[in-house]
Amino acid sequence: MTMLDTALGLSADALRLRAQRLDVIAGNIANSSTPGYKARDLDADGALARLQAARSSGFGAMMADQLGGGLQYRAALVPSIDGNTVEMATEQAAFAENAVKYRASLGFLTSRIQTIMSALKGGE
Amino acid sequence: MKAGLSTFDISGRAMAAQLVRMNAIASNLANAGTISATEQGAYRALKPVFSARFDGAAATVDVARMARTGTPEKKLDPNHPLADATGHVWAAAVDPNQEMVEMVETARAYANNVEVMSTARGLMLETLRIGK
Repeated sequence: MTMLDTALGLSADALRLRAQRLDVIAGNIANSSTPGYKARDLDADGALARLQAARSSGFGAMMADQLGGGLQYRAALVPSIDGNTVEMATEQAAFAENAVKYRASLGFLTSRIQTIMSALKGGE
Repeated sequence: MKAGLSTFDISGRAMAAQLVRMNAIASNLANAGTISATEQGAYRALKPVFSARFDGAAATVDVARMARTGTPEKKLDPNHPLADATGHVWAAAVDPNQEMVEMVETARAYANNVEVMSTARGLMLETLRIGK
């Protein structure tokens, strides 16, 4: 497992983080008309940077288990009268950005898998 | 991804909630302008009350209850067949303009959730083809 983790690199954890963030933002969009709901977000970029730092110092596997714990509340540009802080434009932008980054991680992961397959087959 | 709420659960429930709201708006608009002989019998606008439901990092939406809102308007109309002894009737407590605005908002919220679901579906299908 550790060997596979090393071989797949950061992309596998990035994919997991992006999937988690997708759910968090989907929850915000779902609650766009719930009174008193506070929009939340996951700092996936920050978590990835910390994970990368931990990996280079050899604690990557330990860090990966604790990923995605830190949800933060979004600061609303204009607070609404019912206490809901979901701003649709912000959420849509975050959602689109996250979807693109998910696709990117997926692409990196795919090429890594292809590289490993090619190495296993002896470059055929 | 953990086995709790999936993106499809989150958006699916939200779509269901928005449909409940759309149904309430339809019945409010259908009953706008109706007249009743008593204050108790007069129609009062139906409003769903949404509440967030959390499951770890995920959050979806529930319809907590349906509320009856507004106060029926007492009108003097002695010639109306439903008029009481003092010649008054009660008109339904529905503001058609407000309902129309809410209808547009509901349709937009529904469409947003559909978009979330179709994006998540696309990403999942791509993930299934990983390594190819």
